Amino acid sequence: MWFAHEHIDFRHAEMQSIISLLNIPIRYVEKPCVQKPYCIVELPSEDCVRKIASRSVLLKNCIELWARAKTVSQLHVNLKNSLKNSTGSWVAGEKDNDGVSSTCLCPKELIESSCPLKKSFKIEVETFCKHFSMQEKVSKIEIADGQRDLIQVHSLKKRQFIGNTSMDAQLAIIMANQAQVKLGDMVLDPFVGSGSLLVAAAHFGAYVWGSDIDYMMLHARTRPTRVGQKIRTKEESIRGNMRQYGTESRYLDVVVSDFSLHNWRSDLKFDAIITDPPYGVREPTEKIGIERDNYTLSEEHMVNHVPSKVEYGLGHIYSDLLNFAATHLEMGRRLVCWYPLVREEYQESQLPSHPCLKLVANSEQVLSKLAARRLLTYEKVLDDVPNMPLDPNAGVHNFREKYFTMGETTRRERKEKRAEEVAAYLARKMETTKYNDLM
Amino acid sequence: MLTSKCLKGVMTGYPLAINATDVKVTEVDFNPEFITRVIPKLDWEVLWVAANSIGHGEGLPKTLEPKFEENEDFLKKVHKVLLEVEVEEGSLTCPESGRQFPISKGIPNMLLTEAEVQ
Repeated sequence: MWFAHEHIDFRHAEMQSIISLLNIPIRYVEKPCVQKPYCIVELPSEDCVRKIASRSVLLKNCIELWARAKTVSQLHVNLKNSLKNSTGSWVAGEKDNDGVSSTCLCPKELIESSCPLKKSFKIEVETFCKHFSMQEKVSKIEIADGQRDLIQVHSLKKRQFIGNTSMDAQLAIIMANQAQVKLGDMVLDPFVGSGSLLVAAAHFGAYVWGSDIDYMMLHARTRPTRVGQKIRTKEESIRGNMRQYGTESRYLDVVVSDFSLHNWRSDLKFDAIITDPPYGVREPTEKIGIERDNYTLSEEHMVNHVPSKVEYGLGHIYSDLLNFAATHLEMGRRLVCWYPLVREEYQESQLPSHPCLKLVANSEQVLSKLAARRLLTYEKVLDDVPNMPLDPNAGVHNFREKYFTMGETTRRERKEKRAEEVAAYLARKMETTKYNDLM
Repeated sequence: MLTSKCLKGVMTGYPLAINATDVKVTEVDFNPEFITRVIPKLDWEVLWVAANSIGHGEGLPKTLEPKFEENEDFLKKVHKVLLEVEVEEGSLTCPESGRQFPISKGIPNMLLTEAEVQ
């Protein structure tokens, strides 16, 4: 398996999710390691390989490994030995009447004669079997491509409706894989925004629900975020995005709703919950509320009233989200969400937790020198646990405050450093002028 | 699928009554597998009442037959009412408090006012 050099920390997690979803036994010939762009594995059949490649976005392609060795001479020996393995479709069988086997890459004798110990192997690869073009040769050893092309197809640049914090196409596909979304699943994003996570989930066959507190966002009436675009067009909507990618039939609905007081029927179960909650930096963390006591609203103001919002702390959001998932997920299914943090303070024990949910994957995407976000995947392992009170670690979840104070200190440090440098430079200059004057 | 139990003093807030002023029907692909999976998640009687209240209940039985998954004609009807019929404009009404939640452009607005969450 040959991987793209991107989101390395997600590579193994994505592959594990896919093989467990497809229930394919895999044997790692070498222990998977982030230093290598490839991973040597044994899979039961080519069909399994194709199935895996049809899901993975981090996988470039799968190539059948004929032989490998540390030295050239050993490689020749191994290659010859691998010819004895008759299961591979590329090994030549009987010759056809015209002397050239068309179904196989190379007649056996040709490979054998082209692998003399004295000759360099590299040259032979390119020159043998001239009756096949290079492309045909590659197609014989390459079994399947990963879903790298899907990144372009789903690219935000070409998407009708996007917002300030729309998820990058590749990461959205990784999330759908982490959530093990499959045909006919019912999936919810409770912080849906412009619906970029739903696009990826629907691509893999899920029927999607979304909810968000932002009325203007769901009605696509926020300011356009695309450079140079002045007004949003009529077609812009989450439904419009699904139409663009041919998955409109899997759009269930979106609802304007406050997640802290959600409206879902209490016995309703989802097959997966994928979401990217607001971090309080580029999108505010809010719920309906007002600081004032005994607030009342007259009847005439009820129509078209826009309720005021109060801070909905990250600790509360994640606590509500995990409680919600514990109640509203089908058993054995997954919650996939991002979690922002300040890098140097990261401790795995401080991640949000719930007795019903087991953390099965945790991959980091570095955002800046200070901040990162982690993609957390939880699997529901227990049922019937009452709502947990607010997470005791809630205090440490104040990402916004930390992000800005840390940013502030480094900005100040940088400024001070620059000031010192300028002062030192001026002092040096003064010295030289004095020296020059003396001369 | 939605309730109004977020309102203070409302115990179940279910089912919400649908009052539709504009109903749109868009044809989309039929997937019997999904429909079969989603039916057990529904409160069938509630769906039946809701479908009839917006005038799209024709052909739907009042009670769910035991082997519905084999009846493709029935699944197609459920598909139509679940995925093709959409209330564009109208409102949802809480059965206990009478509070109305408006639906505009097919999107229900379930937000409460700040007075209601105090």
